[in-house]
Amino acid sequence: MTDTGVTLTRKDFESDQEVRWCPGCGDYGILAAIQFLLPELGVNPDEMVFVSGIGCAARLPYYMNTYGVHSIHGRAPAVATGVAMARPDLHVWVIGGDGDMLSIGGNHLIHALRRNVNLKILMFNNQIYGLTKGQYSPTSEVGKVTKSTPFGSIDHPFNPVSLALGTEAGFVARTHDVDRKHMMEVFRRAHEHKGAAFVEVYQNCNVFNDGAFAGILKRDVRADMLIDLKHGEPIVFGADNQLGVTLNEFGEPSVCQIADVGMERLLVHDEHRSDPTLAFALSRLADAPNVPTPVGIFRDVERPVYEVEVQRQLAAASERSGPGDLAALLSTGSTWTIS
Amino acid sequence: MTLDTTSAHEAQTLDQVVIRFAGDSGDGMQLVGDRFTEISAAFGNDLATLPNFPAEIRAPAGTIAGVSSFQVHISDHDIVTPGDVPNVLVAMNPAALKANMSDVSPGTTLLINSDAFDQRNLEKAGYAANPLDDGSLAAFNVYPVPMTSITVEATRELGVKPRDAERSKNFFALGLLCWMYTRPTKPMIEWIEKRFADKQTVLDANLAAFRAGRNFGETAELFDNPYEVAPAKLREGKYRNIIGNLALSYGLIAASQKAKLPLVYSSYPITPASDILHELSKHKNFGVKTLQAEDEIAACGIAIGAAFAGALGVTGTSGPGVDLKSEAMGLAISLELPLLIVDVQRGGPSTGLPTKTEQADLLLAMYGRHGESPLPIVAAKSPSHCFDAAFEAVRIAVKYRTPVILLSDGYLANGAEPWLLPDVDSMADISVEFATEKNHGDEFWPYLRDPETLARPWAIPGTPGLAHRIGGIEKEDGTGNISYQPENHEHMVHIRAAKIAGIANDIPLTDLDDDGGDEVLVLGWGSTWGAITAGVRRVRLRGRKVSHAHLMHLNPFPRDLGDVLSRYRTVLVPEMNLGQLARLVRAEYLVDAKTFTRMAGVPFRAAEMEAKILEMYA
Repeated sequence: MTDTGVTLTRKDFESDQEVRWCPGCGDYGILAAIQFLLPELGVNPDEMVFVSGIGCAARLPYYMNTYGVHSIHGRAPAVATGVAMARPDLHVWVIGGDGDMLSIGGNHLIHALRRNVNLKILMFNNQIYGLTKGQYSPTSEVGKVTKSTPFGSIDHPFNPVSLALGTEAGFVARTHDVDRKHMMEVFRRAHEHKGAAFVEVYQNCNVFNDGAFAGILKRDVRADMLIDLKHGEPIVFGADNQLGVTLNEFGEPSVCQIADVGMERLLVHDEHRSDPTLAFALSRLADAPNVPTPVGIFRDVERPVYEVEVQRQLAAASERSGPGDLAALLSTGSTWTIS
Repeated sequence: MTLDTTSAHEAQTLDQVVIRFAGDSGDGMQLVGDRFTEISAAFGNDLATLPNFPAEIRAPAGTIAGVSSFQVHISDHDIVTPGDVPNVLVAMNPAALKANMSDVSPGTTLLINSDAFDQRNLEKAGYAANPLDDGSLAAFNVYPVPMTSITVEATRELGVKPRDAERSKNFFALGLLCWMYTRPTKPMIEWIEKRFADKQTVLDANLAAFRAGRNFGETAELFDNPYEVAPAKLREGKYRNIIGNLALSYGLIAASQKAKLPLVYSSYPITPASDILHELSKHKNFGVKTLQAEDEIAACGIAIGAAFAGALGVTGTSGPGVDLKSEAMGLAISLELPLLIVDVQRGGPSTGLPTKTEQADLLLAMYGRHGESPLPIVAAKSPSHCFDAAFEAVRIAVKYRTPVILLSDGYLANGAEPWLLPDVDSMADISVEFATEKNHGDEFWPYLRDPETLARPWAIPGTPGLAHRIGGIEKEDGTGNISYQPENHEHMVHIRAAKIAGIANDIPLTDLDDDGGDEVLVLGWGSTWGAITAGVRRVRLRGRKVSHAHLMHLNPFPRDLGDVLSRYRTVLVPEMNLGQLARLVRAEYLVDAKTFTRMAGVPFRAAEMEAKILEMYA
């Protein structure tokens, strides 16, 4: 990574393309958080690649003054894997929505996370298909009435954080589009993490699924409904810090009144635990954004990075056998000469 | 050539022989076929091989479904096919005999493992009576040899359990064939010693079985004399034996070196393409990165990402995988990035015949994507030619910033032939320059084209000042910005087509073997080259004039192809499909091409090719 020696600003990360999301879309806030953050990270825009699939969220690369590929539906993690594998020196971010990443591209997402490719994967979750004008998505709640489910959806939704933890992804976090500071902090940590980072971003689609997260994000309920995870601290929330999280004898989490159980019974959040079980338990607190929901970093554990290991094998092979000799390769084995 | 010879103790000279080893899938027929081939190659014979095995790893032992065979044609002169039918059939059990009887003609030598012809095996193969006893093989030269029991006997003193010893009987058969055709013994023994170095008992047993086979030939007095097939007088140079998948892998490495681009090969396991992944994964000291992807689509997406980042992105598969990759291939067409898709064709549709050959993916390669989505197609014609075809496909992909489909097939993939090694230093430099400067005033326009090739600049991430975004949405020519303008889309559709069509000016004229006649032209592509060449030779020996054109480039066609086709009264197109190339040339040149089709999972035979060509003079 080169140090440009110049202090960059948000403007340096904005392309000349007009942003074409619907007025009031949550994507604007997420784009702004990314563009505010990147100058702080000291990253050279010419060394960044944004890769996306298809969907509203997937248009984001066009608005970044970096290298970018707007690929095909669901395949962004695969395309990004190719970029990272060919060029481990680059910063590769992947942008997509819940349909792109969990439905048509679910396979690529889990495998990118499993392999631990150094990708920063931001999944904008609005629980709806926006670009195709309002069908239910793999994160829509049961019973949801949409154009394709006039009698209510009967599909059980994914919990994206649980899914990512199930792949043993090294970095798993959740944030939301109404708190730029929180987004910037979570994205910063994802950037600093070496390896695959998965961030679920709750994002409001004000046209097809307005208020999907109002139950936890509206200003007057937020204090009692958002659990802001902080490493090394007992999990406490509520307007008066009166609520906490405990585990029962089976390791299952629940929300409690601190006054009832006492501070010492509260779960202390440890994002660096190598075993993902506790992080997974925390992700089970909320199946839907209508009960107290944890946000922040669920897990931050380092393990070998795919493309680093690829390079290591290449270097070891060259060390062992010397650089490739084409003529020698072609004449491997028995040869004979006709004169 | 015949094996019916008068008695003599000296080795008798043959100009060629076709040997087929046949046995159960677990009998090691592919292994001994390979070994016989390698020895013959190193001895200097020209040769061609046809492995033929079931898709099941171990079909029920002793059944017809489980028969695996390996045919090798060796000669003292230039040959182009693995031979129509064997002169010698080695049958390790009744099923192997029965499965191959339709391919043997009276007078053929049948070397039979008589130990395997017990009641149980005869029943499994569906024989009511033992063909060794009932006179049904009277027209053949039958040599029943108790291969299993001699092998067990030969290994008894080594302390090998009889059950394990039986497994070495393929080496007995190999030893016997090596004696019959006076193959050098030393390299075979050295190979066994090296191959089984870490399994002493197996090594000892195989060696003992191989020697027992040779000794049996010398002492049993069953055979009048051994035979000799002298080395072939091929073109001067250094040779090795090679199969298509290996040649193709080497071609990719060579192209990567000559393009000065690191190779990223991502692939999902699929027969018969997997060996390319296996081979390339060994050569990391050439900077080759391989990835076994989660699926076919990812494999293509990864190669595209690698290409965007400045590597040589290649994905390899067979037909079912091409189906899955088609959307990603369309993306590469829209992104105008170099990409190579290798399709080692097999019998279809659907799972079809995974281990058998076919050439029925030509129209898939040509048209198998939505929208107007042209791409160049290159096809290999013989196992060693897979090297040249891979190199040429990469050259086009890189120069024109386009995905290219390289067509091989199951026969080429596993078939072997001697390969005149190319001079590495004189191979073309196919490198291209990445964009490093802004190209439109103070801006970088990712779709500002080279006026000659119509290729767009390839600016890779990390290049200062050239940051740009590309995608699958239609874009404005030049700027690359999203554009839904009607005139622009019309323009882009035409310019993408023109770019591919223009490659015709950058490829050789039709590869034409013309003997001056104007009656019949045989037009082929891909692996039918061997059978067509052999058929054409036979027709010429009968005093007929016949020409043969063989296409390596299927899109675009060589620029003189229309003229060539118009010079002949009859154009015959033999294909292992229902007439796909014939359909293309009919559409393109209004030529009344005749089709000759065969989809049996095995290559055309020279004899049927000869007969079909002769029909054209009627």
